[in-house]
Amino acid sequence: MNFNELFNESVEEYDSLISGTTPVILVGSATCGKSAGAKEISAAFKAELEEQNVMAEVIDVGCIGLCYLEPIVTVIKEGMPAIFYGDVTSKQAKQLVNDYIIGNNPMIESALGTFGDKKVEGIPNLFDIPVMKPQIRRILRNCGFIDPDNIKHYIARNGYKGLKNTLDIKPGEVIEKIKKSGLRGRGGAGFPTWMKWQFCVDSKEEENYLICNADEGDPGAFMNRSLLESDPHSVLEGIVIAAYAIGAKEGYIYCRAEYPLALERLKHAISEMKNLGFLGENILGSGFNLDIKIKEGAGAFVCGEETALIASIEGKRGMPRTRPPFPTTSGLWGKPTVINNVETMASVSLIMQAGSDAFVEHGTRDSKGTKTFSLVGNVKNTGLIEVPLGTTLKQVINEIGGGIVKDGIFKAVQIGGPSGGCIPESYLDTKIDYDSLTMAGAIMGSGGLVVMDQNSCMVDVARYFLEFIQNESCGKCVPCRLGTKQMLDILTDITIGKGKSGDIELLLELAGGVKDGSLCGLGQTSPNPILTTIKYFKNEYDAHITDKRCPALLCKELINYHVIDEKCKGCMLCFRSCPVGAISGSKKEVHSVNTDKCIKCGTCIELCSGMYNAIERVHKY
Amino acid sequence: MSKSLNEILSTFNGNKSELIPILQDIQSNIGYLPEDAIIKVSKFTRVPESEIYGVATFYTQFRFLPVGKKHIMVCKGTACHVKGAPQIIEGIERHLDIKEGDVTFDLEYSLESVGCLGCCALAPCAMINEEVESNLTLKDVKKIFSRMKK
Repeated sequence: MNFNELFNESVEEYDSLISGTTPVILVGSATCGKSAGAKEISAAFKAELEEQNVMAEVIDVGCIGLCYLEPIVTVIKEGMPAIFYGDVTSKQAKQLVNDYIIGNNPMIESALGTFGDKKVEGIPNLFDIPVMKPQIRRILRNCGFIDPDNIKHYIARNGYKGLKNTLDIKPGEVIEKIKKSGLRGRGGAGFPTWMKWQFCVDSKEEENYLICNADEGDPGAFMNRSLLESDPHSVLEGIVIAAYAIGAKEGYIYCRAEYPLALERLKHAISEMKNLGFLGENILGSGFNLDIKIKEGAGAFVCGEETALIASIEGKRGMPRTRPPFPTTSGLWGKPTVINNVETMASVSLIMQAGSDAFVEHGTRDSKGTKTFSLVGNVKNTGLIEVPLGTTLKQVINEIGGGIVKDGIFKAVQIGGPSGGCIPESYLDTKIDYDSLTMAGAIMGSGGLVVMDQNSCMVDVARYFLEFIQNESCGKCVPCRLGTKQMLDILTDITIGKGKSGDIELLLELAGGVKDGSLCGLGQTSPNPILTTIKYFKNEYDAHITDKRCPALLCKELINYHVIDEKCKGCMLCFRSCPVGAISGSKKEVHSVNTDKCIKCGTCIELCSGMYNAIERVHKY
Repeated sequence: MSKSLNEILSTFNGNKSELIPILQDIQSNIGYLPEDAIIKVSKFTRVPESEIYGVATFYTQFRFLPVGKKHIMVCKGTACHVKGAPQIIEGIERHLDIKEGDVTFDLEYSLESVGCLGCCALAPCAMINEEVESNLTLKDVKKIFSRMKK
């Protein structure tokens, strides 16, 4: 069967599913959906359909990104638009079968939005709701709409057309098209993708390799996981295109072992590709051969660094080496190697499907296209988002994120993971593009946006990142190995009330040394969390060092727990639950906390916060 | 049914580059890397034991002690940290009376923290065996473990 026949067949199959007479129920079953109970919901639907003896397809799909509303279910019924429901319970699943699939009541009150040409009175279009409206879904276009385990769904939505277009032209022309699109690496540093490919081609070695970096180690980021779980073929198509462009016959995907579902879906997708001739010998009759192997990461953050990743694939300790030579000259097994991030690969398939011109429609002069972010932390709407580069942080946090939870006060947004920085409110008009973020002291990074409110202590955040980096430092070079340890010790001292005057200056001096002296990106960027917090939140450092106070009332050594007399009803709940017996009191009498015994575990505050809010954190000094 | 060490090794060629996949396969079948397994892998791949330990200790995934029947991995990612992961870890430590990295006396539970589980939108979270539990509170910690005891 040639590609066009396969395409037509896939379209027919997908259309008959989506617009057929049998109702379809799509259950969001990426890791986030599963942890929110997608499996139970799926089972509840199936059980009720059987009970009522009704025909309907129940399909596990990926994630549309509204993680805070998981489990999310989409019901598609003939003559109606697709309707999305959020926070679905097993009881609601039963109800949907009876009221909507058998009956004709679309349960407007539980619906999130519709998708399709037709309208349902009382339900907005999904892409018109505030969290979706500012978003442009290009990379995530298929997420939540197709069965990730069915390659034909992907093909039906123009999948592998990019590969077809690629194989029709010469490798050099492919690189030219990517150059025209202005695509920059989505892994964080933003190096022009075409240039990397060109360097590899220019090294003129017979043998070379392509590696897709899916070692998404940044804590607080999960875009790659979601994409691999929801639309693995969009990434795999990009890998084949890139391999063709640089002439590689072997490709690798280096994926974290912490992502079992992504690995499972990748393995399945690769076997589907082989069956249909998108991988292996003579791909689509072009004479081009490629094999893709999956390598599981073993839990080392530094392996996101190119040379460390290569060492890891070779079976060694994942330690970086000095560059040059860059991997594009001497990489895996000493051969030229291109390493591209997951989202870069998905962007490549998009560019080859829709053309460079469509890609540059969005973005700024130097940062083209759209970018996915994981918007997490203390915002109302947490999840996976995609916006054009150049969108401001304010838009993302306030419009898409819906502002701070519990009407709290925004303090900072951490962008770029341990290599990035914390950006304060006064800089929220910063545009999200490679250059503006670097100017603000952060980096684009792979796309983690962690929003913090008044309850986050910025010194603690800096300490947290340094602890992370110090743990992950491979130990090869002295500035990183010892410098991060010294910085961590100083920060820890500050958070436990042992800060001294001169600590900030010493931190800055150490930061400069580590930045300049470290071997790889991990060390060089590790001071960023410290530098940005000192730059924007110096008052918090001063409060810790001089007044021994934590303004956020978070650092345990600097606070006490205290019962507010007027609010305490003497319900005994905290008294009974305190693990160390630090609360005294009797029924209907005001309780009190014995601060010598109290370990500040938070149990009492958690219990009381839903009822009387009678326990608070107060400054110790 | 889990595979024996010989069965695992028979699926590999013995190249040095296979070292990490071999160790991963052993751990997923046996639960950890026992000393005699390392000796056999060394003979099989002709990589010195010292070097295998060098590689295995470098990566946080590898363990040299068995884990509990229920292996708990609490996420320490940024989003989880901001939403109170340290309290959750302490809560579990108190509840099981073990420290991070330990196994309970009856080999029922083991506790570990990990960099990030990638479930940040539903923080704080933890993975118990292969299942992710999200939006954890201290109350949930008690509930989850009492549910498991049943």
